Amino acid sequence: MFNIRTFGSVVNHLFDRRFMINKICASIEAALADVRDGATVMIGGFGTAGIPDHLIEGLIAQGAKDLTVVNNNAGNGDTGLAALLKTGRVRKIICSFPRQVDSHVFDGLYRSGKLELELVPQGNLAERIRAAGAGIGAFFTPTGYGTQLAEGKETREINGKHYVLEYPIYADLALIKAERADRWGNLTYRMTARNFGPIMATAAKCTVVEVPEIVELGTLDPEAVVTPGIFVHRVVQVERKLTQAGGFKKEAA
Amino acid sequence: MNKWTRDQMAQRVAIDIPDGAYVNLGIGLPTMVANHIPSDREVVLHSENGVIGMGPAPAKGQEDYDLINAGKQPVTLLPGGCFFHHADSFGMMRGGHLDVCVLGAFQVAANGDLANWHTGAPDAIPAVGGAMDLAIGAKKTYVMMELLTKSGESKLVPACTYPITGVACVSRVYTDLAVIDLTRDGAKVIDMVEGLSFDELQKVTAIPLQRA
Repeated sequence: MFNIRTFGSVVNHLFDRRFMINKICASIEAALADVRDGATVMIGGFGTAGIPDHLIEGLIAQGAKDLTVVNNNAGNGDTGLAALLKTGRVRKIICSFPRQVDSHVFDGLYRSGKLELELVPQGNLAERIRAAGAGIGAFFTPTGYGTQLAEGKETREINGKHYVLEYPIYADLALIKAERADRWGNLTYRMTARNFGPIMATAAKCTVVEVPEIVELGTLDPEAVVTPGIFVHRVVQVERKLTQAGGFKKEAA
Repeated sequence: MNKWTRDQMAQRVAIDIPDGAYVNLGIGLPTMVANHIPSDREVVLHSENGVIGMGPAPAKGQEDYDLINAGKQPVTLLPGGCFFHHADSFGMMRGGHLDVCVLGAFQVAANGDLANWHTGAPDAIPAVGGAMDLAIGAKKTYVMMELLTKSGESKLVPACTYPITGVACVSRVYTDLAVIDLTRDGAKVIDMVEGLSFDELQKVTAIPLQRA
């Protein structure tokens, strides 16, 4: 049998400190200190739900440039992802739905040729991210077959149906908003703010999570953990912010 | 010419959604179908951002923007509803688990090709979202649109001139003038607005129609 005491003493000997996984970072600054220029950064969120606003602010302050950003959209209003785009440090965005009523920051950069766009059907975006995290080399999908977005891509007929070959999207960094975390990085989410979080967490070399609530190990119901901590590298506790409306035309009051 | 209103169109679609169906309603006009589903039917609404068992819009002041639909509008969750991530959500579509999907369209071709994501205008910012996944994913893809453009051109066409969203994926089109099934044997009119003759309908429609 594996003896935890023996293992612990070996680790103590090697690192001269108590062996204890602790992914909780003291600050956003510390969590994002090593982001490099040219990095591919996945940012969770659909519209404003699940957007890790605190981490995006941290990335802006950190200053990495020449970034490729992967998100479903391309920012709402002037905050969050839109604020990151506004800094001019994003070279390329991979997304499914950049055009929204309040995406003026993206619109301006795109029209002036300052931002490259790779437009991907939403389900292919999700599956390409999932494939990266699951070790899949590429996959055949029916989505997009026969359309502009599949032009130049390999296709195959399988059992009478047509498919397009799509490749994974890997990231250096994933920025995710979750609801609760423990020091192992186990996560639960809040309603539809979950969206891309669980798959992006699997696809990045370094997954950083902001949560309003950190709980003791063993507190999260093991049957209800959505992202197992193995996919998470750093957790930062942030102040709870109410998700604001965004991405649609508000009806006249 | 008599026309169905948008609400009447939504009502007409709702009649054809069977009890127990899992359904995705696209953004815009199709969203209105939810308001007309007969109260004696249990229909489960899916939204691609990761929710199934979606309820109506919340009361004013009760909005929570962590609980939204694909159009980013606040919604509610019915008892039995649940959340899941994007890859699962699109697996529900692509995997053929949804019974019906109702979408808007710019054009639909006689063979069922759908164009609803891009006008193809050179200065337009392209955005596709889940349209291509929805088009080919559900067991049945219905389109809901006005039959004619504002300038009176038929949106049912021999071949789409706008960039397509999916190949031969639409099985039925609900318009403000008629409901038309697109089959291998041609387009069959299964319902028409009152007072409209088949010949009048054929005259404004750019593809050959058959009486069902």
